[in-house]
Amino acid sequence: MEQGPGAATGGSFISLSENEQRCYSGLYTLCQADSSGKLASSKVGELFRASQLPAETLHQITEVCGAKRLGYFGTGQFYVALKLLAAAQSGLPVRLDSITGDLPLPIFSGAKSEAEMRYPNHSQSSDGQAQPLGSTAGPALRTASDRPAFRQPDNSMDKQEPWSPPRSPCTSPPQSPSTYCRYSVQRNGTEMLVGYEGKPPTRPAVLQENSSPSHYAVKPAPEQPAITRAQSTEKLPDRATDDYSDDPWRITEEQHDYYTNQFKNLQADLGGLIRGTVAKNFFTKSKLPIHELSHIWELSDVDRDGALTFPEFCTAFHLIVARKNGYPLPEKLPPSLRPGPIARGEVTVDSAEITQPLIVFEDTTLRATQQEKSMVEIQQGTPLPGLTTSKQDVKEEARKPELSPKRAPATQEKPVQHVSAFNLKPDPPNELDPNMKSRTRPRSYSSTSIDDAMKKAEEPPTPPPRPQKSHSRASSLDLNKLFQQGSQGRHAVGALFQQGSQGIKSGWLPPPPALPPRPPATQIPHFIPAADKSSQKAVQQPNFADFSRFREEEEAGVHPENQNQSPLRRAAGPSTEDLGPPKAEPSVGTQGHAPQKPVRRKYRPESQNLDATPPASAPYPSTPASTPYPSTPTATATTKPAQKLAPRQKREIQTAIRKNKEANAVLTRLNSELQQKLKVVHQERVTLESQLEVLRPLTSS
Amino acid sequence: MTCLCFLCVSRDYDELSSIMAVCIAVIAKENYPLYIRSVPTQNELKFHYTVHTSLDVVEEKISSVGKALADQRELYLGLLYPTEDYKVYGYVTNSKVKFVIVVDSSNTSLRDNEIRSMFRKLHNSFTDVMCNPFYIPGDPIQSKAFDSMVSAMMVQAC
Repeated sequence: MEQGPGAATGGSFISLSENEQRCYSGLYTLCQADSSGKLASSKVGELFRASQLPAETLHQITEVCGAKRLGYFGTGQFYVALKLLAAAQSGLPVRLDSITGDLPLPIFSGAKSEAEMRYPNHSQSSDGQAQPLGSTAGPALRTASDRPAFRQPDNSMDKQEPWSPPRSPCTSPPQSPSTYCRYSVQRNGTEMLVGYEGKPPTRPAVLQENSSPSHYAVKPAPEQPAITRAQSTEKLPDRATDDYSDDPWRITEEQHDYYTNQFKNLQADLGGLIRGTVAKNFFTKSKLPIHELSHIWELSDVDRDGALTFPEFCTAFHLIVARKNGYPLPEKLPPSLRPGPIARGEVTVDSAEITQPLIVFEDTTLRATQQEKSMVEIQQGTPLPGLTTSKQDVKEEARKPELSPKRAPATQEKPVQHVSAFNLKPDPPNELDPNMKSRTRPRSYSSTSIDDAMKKAEEPPTPPPRPQKSHSRASSLDLNKLFQQGSQGRHAVGALFQQGSQGIKSGWLPPPPALPPRPPATQIPHFIPAADKSSQKAVQQPNFADFSRFREEEEAGVHPENQNQSPLRRAAGPSTEDLGPPKAEPSVGTQGHAPQKPVRRKYRPESQNLDATPPASAPYPSTPASTPYPSTPTATATTKPAQKLAPRQKREIQTAIRKNKEANAVLTRLNSELQQKLKVVHQERVTLESQLEVLRPLTSS
Repeated sequence: MTCLCFLCVSRDYDELSSIMAVCIAVIAKENYPLYIRSVPTQNELKFHYTVHTSLDVVEEKISSVGKALADQRELYLGLLYPTEDYKVYGYVTNSKVKFVIVVDSSNTSLRDNEIRSMFRKLHNSFTDVMCNPFYIPGDPIQSKAFDSMVSAMMVQAC
């Protein structure tokens, strides 16, 4: 949007002074140029109306600058129009030739005219022209109207402060824009309206909207004239530096409170330190480039310890806010931000209204227009003397390059907080001059950026911790749902098992309410050592599932099962020819076997008692297995609270079920193989017996 | 440049014994430059080359300690090698970051202590840069404070 030194319209080249260029480019952005370079006609219209020229003149201007012909305001047209506005305000006829001369900047007193007001100040400072800042009247109006406007989340800003009237001694700003700026800072959805006041002696942190109006009313008048006069005189010589260092860098009370809240979010103790990485994560959210953040850090970490104390944090935050609003970063820490003895509530004449917009960090995307609008509005309202011109200059310059890139990311929807006079006594610069220090380096708290991943303090709303759920294996089972139903115990388990059975290929798992009959695993044919082992495991596992998980509910069910199983086991133990039970056994065994491994692994802490039984113990742990049963429940019951166990039990049950099923399948296969072998052996035996019988009669006879 | 000169002058007044360097470089552990700045009155490339070749000498001096602990190795390496036009001094930190200062040979009032103080200041400023959580180790140093400190030590250009 920056056009070179001149704007061409219809082939005529108009030369703009540097001041004008700044001013106009600011206005240009204000009018929200879209990508094609056209300006929003509504904004332009508003701007023109703010110039308080008769409508006829405005039409003339539109025509002359070529916008009418083109149908839109391009950059050139806009600039020419601005010059024409200035000319018209100066009383010159609206013609192209009247703008070739040196003209003051146009004055806008409407809502948007803040930017212009800034500009006039700039021109005053730079050109030494006595710009009639008609802004004073404007701002007064604005403030009233702006106030509601401010309520909206806007990011705008701060810039307001400086420009106003101070520049011209002749202007006696009726209203003190000082109090003007109200910014509501919205952070994370909370809106705080901060009344920005030049002198908020003991204003409580006004985060509420109510306060702003009051501020506004209170401040202005008395301060303004004095401020104006005082500042106008001092301003002239080097306004740029003074204003720059005073107004934008002074933290208002509201801002200070905001910073305090933010500090507390990061570090509860106000006297403590925020570590480097924590601060880095926090400030990175402001979406400023790393280079600038690095510079801000350098400025604010005065003791060079790699951590931020509370004043350092305020300084850094304030710098970020200012930067987001377009202020260029200073090379050295401004006096008002130096961590000298903080005198809150002190109001000095210079404290001014800088309404530092609070930068709301990051996440919100600001619309450039909003920001600009608010900025303009705010600026209008604060024709504080002395503040503006230099600041505006600075702001303008800063804004121009920054505006476009910064607007999008920086515009925060949160309104800016006013900076109540938060005066930091200017300390001698020596303090901050690192070169001068040969201090002993305090212990550094900052860690390398590599450790950033560790720090998550900043993340504002940490999402509620996810329920840790679902075993990977049990993913098919909607355990969470089950668990959420409350540890119903039986019901849940029953449902669990039923669900489990759905997933089980073998489908053997009986959907009995209680645990699957793991103990029957012991029935696995003894001649298979593996089976034995699995049976042992199965035995152990039921302990888990039965006792630790379902202590109360399941025990009743488990015990009978166990009891049933144990006699079964005993009965079927050594019999290899018993084909009946083996069928059942494998299922049980599989169940017991499979769960054994994972269960033992998982439930180790819980079921230490259970695991105690060595898996490789006797082949038939039937008897010994049964004995642990009664012991385990008591142990587990005592050790664990019911509630904790419930979900865990369920999980374990599910895994146990799965394991059981797997073991089931394995054992089934094993069983079938053995059965076949058995048959073969049977046949052999039969043949041998028959042969024997055949032979016997022979022998007998 | 005028502001730089001003800084230099003021610094001179503050520290009468300050030495003006012609080139100052900060080399990372992997032997690539993190920061190199020279008085642009002469061919800058020549200084870059000089610093690069001085790295060999630095490595030699570091390795000469051998198995000795790092604590025993002094950070200040002293004069690395002189040429007809200038002298090169080296300094290495415990993290193997090297500082190289090139001073004009015609500046005969050089004292070892002055060079040491320059290195100390460099080290302090470098540590400040490192402490900045926004600085990623390995990145070129872009800190303004560091720049200003180095400018103060450089020969006045004007």
